[in-house]
Amino acid sequence: MTAEPLLFLFLAAFAVTTAVLMIIQRNPVMSAISLIGNFFCLAALYLMLRAQLLAVLQIAVYAGAIMVLVVFVIMLLNLGDEIKLPVRFGFRRTVGVVLGFGLLLELTYLLLFTPETAEHEMLHADAPLIGTVEAMGTALYSQYLFPLQLTGLLLLAAVVGAVILAKRRLP
Amino acid sequence: MAVPLTYYLALSAALFAIGVIGVLIRRNVIVVFMCIELMLNSVNLTLVAFSAFLGDIAGQALVFFVMAVAAAEAAVGLAIVIALYRNKQTVNFDDINILKW
Repeated sequence: MTAEPLLFLFLAAFAVTTAVLMIIQRNPVMSAISLIGNFFCLAALYLMLRAQLLAVLQIAVYAGAIMVLVVFVIMLLNLGDEIKLPVRFGFRRTVGVVLGFGLLLELTYLLLFTPETAEHEMLHADAPLIGTVEAMGTALYSQYLFPLQLTGLLLLAAVVGAVILAKRRLP
Repeated sequence: MAVPLTYYLALSAALFAIGVIGVLIRRNVIVVFMCIELMLNSVNLTLVAFSAFLGDIAGQALVFFVMAVAAAEAAVGLAIVIALYRNKQTVNFDDINILKW
């Protein structure tokens, strides 16, 4: 159990590093690869939180399906490096970074001054039980049956929409 | 010794802020799209952390649905990028201004 905080620190550092690399790299392919590393980190964190099914889905759906789609589109459009910003756009970058850090400060302020969150030092005793495929499946197919079926409808609509949008226009 | 909930929430806040900064400073539509995915993921981490620390399955069920919506969003969003590139030959935000007033 003593290894857990070390593992968390390592994963957190890796996740933040890959996220920062993603936004500072000019080449979109390198950004995509950094984001895939970030997704693997998050999957490991889900495992630390005993959410087995979501860890597997994170790798299969995010690092697998979604990122393959993104890399495929980058390849299809044959994108090069993003061109450097002219000087007059420099202030926009400053404003963006300042706003982002402002948001981070707000969030950490809320975290530090909400006493309820600090009360949770340990995982709940039921945590290893609720993340299993069995528990998730039971919940999804009984309690959340209607949202689950709506999700199927949403995916169908997305497939039809994607095909219509990306279709070459007929003359 | 275990990792307290606050650490997970702090990591999630940091990832969300990095995603926001990425959306604000990058101009490549696909990279902005990936930053939105990063923000979705940081919120997922929050939900899973709360779910595990409170012993409630609702958070993980919500993450499942967020993943499904993210997959749908990725398909439609990238189709829009392809349609955009076909019409304007660019994926740069500054060159796409047909809806600008």
